[in-house]
Amino acid sequence: MKSKVPYIFLAVGAALLLFGSYWGLFIAPAEQYMGNVQRIMYVHVPSAWSWMLAILWAFGCAIAFLFTSNMKWDSRMEAGVEVGILLAFLLCCQGAIWAKPTWGVWWDWDPRLTSVAVLLVASLGIMALRSFVDDPVRRAIWSAVATIIASVDLPIVYFSVKWWNSLHQQQSSPNTVSSAFYIPLRVNAFGVLFLMIGFIWLRTRVAALKLRQETAIPHTYEEAGELA
Amino acid sequence: MLSAALRKELLLQWRTRSQMMAVFVFGATSLLLFSFAIGPNAEMLRTFSSGFLWLGLLLSSTLTLAESFHTEMENRAFEGLLLLPSDARALYYGKAIANWLQLTLLGCALVPVMVILYDAGTMQLLKLLVIIMLGAAGLSAPGTLYAGMTSQVKAKQMLLPLLLFPLIVPALLASVKATSLVILGDPMGQSKAWITLLLAFDLIYWSLCGLLFGRVVED
Repeated sequence: MKSKVPYIFLAVGAALLLFGSYWGLFIAPAEQYMGNVQRIMYVHVPSAWSWMLAILWAFGCAIAFLFTSNMKWDSRMEAGVEVGILLAFLLCCQGAIWAKPTWGVWWDWDPRLTSVAVLLVASLGIMALRSFVDDPVRRAIWSAVATIIASVDLPIVYFSVKWWNSLHQQQSSPNTVSSAFYIPLRVNAFGVLFLMIGFIWLRTRVAALKLRQETAIPHTYEEAGELA
Repeated sequence: MLSAALRKELLLQWRTRSQMMAVFVFGATSLLLFSFAIGPNAEMLRTFSSGFLWLGLLLSSTLTLAESFHTEMENRAFEGLLLLPSDARALYYGKAIANWLQLTLLGCALVPVMVILYDAGTMQLLKLLVIIMLGAAGLSAPGTLYAGMTSQVKAKQMLLPLLLFPLIVPALLASVKATSLVILGDPMGQSKAWITLLLAFDLIYWSLCGLLFGRVVED
């Protein structure tokens, strides 16, 4: 019997996200200069945080795999990269929706946006690499190597707003954000985080099952039916 | 061991020098084609010349990088190399240095083409050479690693650019900016920051890829 914990994570995450979004949309005041457009921050910033955590997770799994050669880490890494792709895509869409009324363009070649796009495309490349290699061990090693190399971009994403004088906002802290904005942001951050953990958990299971299907040799007709 | 690996690579490159010529022609042709994107506007062509130079070099690099493993994958000669009592890192650095020299040479050969086609000349030749060397190093370190990986896969022509292009964006950006500052003038002294970024990129990838190569080629 598989544990139900990932479903609990998903349920709690969805509930928190709904609650935080309700707060952000209806209770929190509109921002002084941007008005209602600013409210997208309540999902944009949590997506960004969780995305960075997902990539960091994939990076950790890649290193763990190269040291232990345990295929569990490969499944975990695959899940991390894939959930990372989803979050990065959402991040770019939310950013674009915010940028059109604020900056006047959907996209700008600002260092932060560029570095996120680079990591998104690099993650897609890793998934493409995985789909082209049939040998599971080689696939695991190569995608771990590619993940480690691509993750070098992550510190660039984080520090880009500090290193370059970019259009994108710098990191805020509780000291620089009013408490009226701060509560829904915090609630949503945990909501997206829990959703991410639940998704990675479930996706890891799918990856592990696929791997078993690929590598297992059926001994009976029933097993063959199960694997197919 | 490293010097033996490097000598082998350079000898291979020397013996297939007609290929190098073909890659140069490919790069020069792409420079010619890029100019059609702008049209006959001389000022714009000059402004974008450094971007075109690096894009030409990048496109050509996928050919030379893939080729550096191609000959050894035939008849499984690469497995023989791995059986030698030596470190895989020596093999990697031998190949990476050879690719770096080849790309630097190619970049230098494309500069006169750029000067003629886009009227983008400069007198700071030494600085330009340094930028081309650093940029080529940024291309060759991850490029050699990924070429080693993709040479063993079915869809190698597709996968190498797919993996390499997003990765080298920071190096490409820094090279383009530094080159364009050399060509168009640098009144604010910005080129040093871009060259430092390029140097940091090279340092990170030359050490990281060397560490990881052993795992990529092991069986």
